[in-house]
Amino acid sequence: MKVLKKNPEKCIACHACEETCSKLYFKEENREKACLRIKETDSYPEITTCTQCGVCIDICPVVALSRDKRGIVRVEKKKCVGCFMCVGFCPEQAMFMHDDYIEPFKCVSCGQCVKVCPTGAIYMSEE
Amino acid sequence: MILKEYKYELGKIERGYNNRSLYINLSDNTIKEKEVTQFMKDKFIGGKGFGLWYLWNAVTPETKWNDPENEIVIAHGPIAGITQYPGSGKSLVVTLSPLTHMPMDSNVGGYFGPYLKFSGFDALELQGKAEKDVIIFIDGNKGIVQIMESDIEEKDSHLIAEILTERFAKDEEDKKNVSVVSTGSAADHTLVGLLNFSFYDIRRKAVRLKQAGRGGIGTVFRDKKIKALVVRFEGTKGNLNNAADQGKINRTGIKLHREICLLDDKQNRMRKIGTANIIEIMDQYDLLPTHNYKFGSHKDTYKISSDKFQARVTQGLPDGCWYGCSLSCAKAADDFIPQTGPYKGQKVIVDGPEYENAAGLGSNIGVFDRDGVLELNFYCDTYGVDTISFGTLTAFIMECYENGILDKEKTGGLELYFGNKEAALELLHQMARGEGFGKIAGLGIRRMKEIFIKEYGADPDFVNDIGMEQKGLEFSEYLCKESLAQQGGYGLTNKGPQHDEAWLIFMDMVNNQIPTFEDKAEALHYFPMFRTWFGLMGLCKLPWNDIVPENNKYTDEPAKIPEHVQNYVDLYNGITGKNIDKHELIRQSERVYNFQRIFNIRMGYGKRIHDKIPYRAMGPVTEEEYLSRQERYDKQLKELLGLDPENMTTQEKMAALRKYREEQYEKLTDAVYARRGWTKDGVPTIEKLKELGMDIPELIEVVKKHL
Ligand code: SF4
Ligand code: SF4
Ligand code: SF4
Repeated sequence: MKVLKKNPEKCIACHACEETCSKLYFKEENREKACLRIKETDSYPEITTCTQCGVCIDICPVVALSRDKRGIVRVEKKKCVGCFMCVGFCPEQAMFMHDDYIEPFKCVSCGQCVKVCPTGAIYMSEE
Repeated sequence: MILKEYKYELGKIERGYNNRSLYINLSDNTIKEKEVTQFMKDKFIGGKGFGLWYLWNAVTPETKWNDPENEIVIAHGPIAGITQYPGSGKSLVVTLSPLTHMPMDSNVGGYFGPYLKFSGFDALELQGKAEKDVIIFIDGNKGIVQIMESDIEEKDSHLIAEILTERFAKDEEDKKNVSVVSTGSAADHTLVGLLNFSFYDIRRKAVRLKQAGRGGIGTVFRDKKIKALVVRFEGTKGNLNNAADQGKINRTGIKLHREICLLDDKQNRMRKIGTANIIEIMDQYDLLPTHNYKFGSHKDTYKISSDKFQARVTQGLPDGCWYGCSLSCAKAADDFIPQTGPYKGQKVIVDGPEYENAAGLGSNIGVFDRDGVLELNFYCDTYGVDTISFGTLTAFIMECYENGILDKEKTGGLELYFGNKEAALELLHQMARGEGFGKIAGLGIRRMKEIFIKEYGADPDFVNDIGMEQKGLEFSEYLCKESLAQQGGYGLTNKGPQHDEAWLIFMDMVNNQIPTFEDKAEALHYFPMFRTWFGLMGLCKLPWNDIVPENNKYTDEPAKIPEHVQNYVDLYNGITGKNIDKHELIRQSERVYNFQRIFNIRMGYGKRIHDKIPYRAMGPVTEEEYLSRQERYDKQLKELLGLDPENMTTQEKMAALRKYREEQYEKLTDAVYARRGWTKDGVPTIEKLKELGMDIPELIEVVKKHL
């Protein structure tokens, strides 16, 4: 399974990854709509990514979360009832909510963000 | 066979309201829509408020519970049906109770309330009586309401709910879109019948039941010859309430989900064990009702402690009684095999146990046997018997039995001493069959007391002291002898001694946070009002204080959980677009609370005399009780009354303690009435009603006569 991994020491917080992700996912450059997050801190930036751990799968009351063929955890929007329990219970805080949508969204391991990262602070890894 | 069909226009919920309700009369099969007016929304908000208002208009002071005019109203509330904040799927059920003859309200989970709302209605009124058993079906997607003759032979809820879920769902996937309200065979023969509200558990692939337990609502349901209510609604989403500010609701919900995720394991373990987590804690503090509330602990409590239940109960994953409840207290014991009764040997699911059941069906009747508790729990639910009333009335019977008021002859052979699990189960089966001593037991403690006095020559003082009922309703399962505030929390309520208005034992007794009468009165004003609000909104109480923010203890009023109060204010404002604050929240409740009090007065109750409680709730009735806690009581005589217990007989000591405690309760009553804006006789004053904007002519007319 391909998982998005991070290396915060290399991150320069240019936010290119977030913009690429939201553009791809929601056709809009909006960091609040990205499936990964970069947060400036006093030391290295904090990078929030999904580890595909699957904790959220068991949390969902309607079984709207499951692994696809690649093993990636996906949200089935049609089934989702928008409770956002998965958001609250994700150990990485990598399941997201935005006011414009009534379903959560998360990283699907597509790797597009990796392509625009100038420093290799995020990368895909086979787990 | 369909007796009546009604088609309605599908609508859209606007800011938490459909602005219409559904009325059904079973005597003549009328089905119609009613407008939910601005007046109703302003004064009564929703949920229990709507239920009480409709009931008020349906009945007269002469109406009895089994008159056709009596209604069962099921309503949710403006916040109900959101999926983001834990505990937002409750239905409130209101009716004139066969036990109390006053309005009863019960708060219940399951999907019926939210689906009724999504189907287009803010409340469902059921009036009249059918000739033959009927099923009422609401198709919330097609806009159809049907009354049909029932062809269901099964008599008990776990089967009725399963059959109807199967029948009305298109396929397995669709089962989660169906919810059934039903009761069981005992509701036909007793006054303590409950209603089961179902939801489909997609992981277990099984129908689960949640109970509207208190006050005999199921008995009224069967008196109306309703077999079941079924609603089907496909298409649940998180935004069907069309909230004024959905984002605010989402964020408030996520904040609490996170809190529960991080803190529940360290706090109450609701996700792991549910409300049963407090059994051993109650025992430790001498608060676990044991042997009809004689004692607060027992050496065998470890046999029914929460870990014993956890081992049996939590199979698989935590689940909630509505979407989005991450507190998830709704436990179930799978593959339970009853040893007695009609379902003996079959694998069944037992919903629960909740704390109340473990205490009522366990320690209070002396059954320190986990599987015994589970079996009683299963049968109570499926037969439609309120577990709390059953536990408390059985405890009463057992004490009477041990005191010779009852014997084998009178009970038809049942040896109902404390701890006799087999006899307790047989009593329950008799209730379901409408046979033997079960028929008498099913009348509840108030009527049993009369029978025991009149027919069996029981000493009236004794049975009145030990019969743990007030207003006709059996006490719920906390021992309140050492907490004056909780005596008030039970006694100074609208519907009877149920702890859902105020649970002050720890604040009062353990933490000593409310030492004076004024403090206690303030608590007995604030908490009942605050908790009433859940019933107006369609909310569950548990996510308010069964989880608290990490910094809660450093806030100005930890007992109120200020951050969570603010969450509720945000939810209400987020849904309705209004701008209330925490003070207006209390006033919303006060309006309905005072209305309910006046409703009681209108029915001939609701005065000071009805707020008295049996002495068993206040102190030791028997020498056995006194002696078992002698040190404690002697100390109180010395310190509080300046007496010298060394030179007194036990009887003298008991009399002195009793006099003192009864006076304390009267003083508390004075203080609480004053704080609530009531006269010394417990009647809301006209000034109070004016202040609340509840000086409605028909209310003034009722109170005027009592001022
Ligand atoms: S969203 Fe969170 S819980 Fe779900 S797989 Fe990713 S890291 Fe795990
Ligand atoms: S928000 Fe949707 S995907 Fe997440 S737990 Fe709730 S229903 Fe499942
Ligand atoms: S805390 Fe329990 S009763 Fe309350 S809503 Fe959640 S699951 Fe239902």
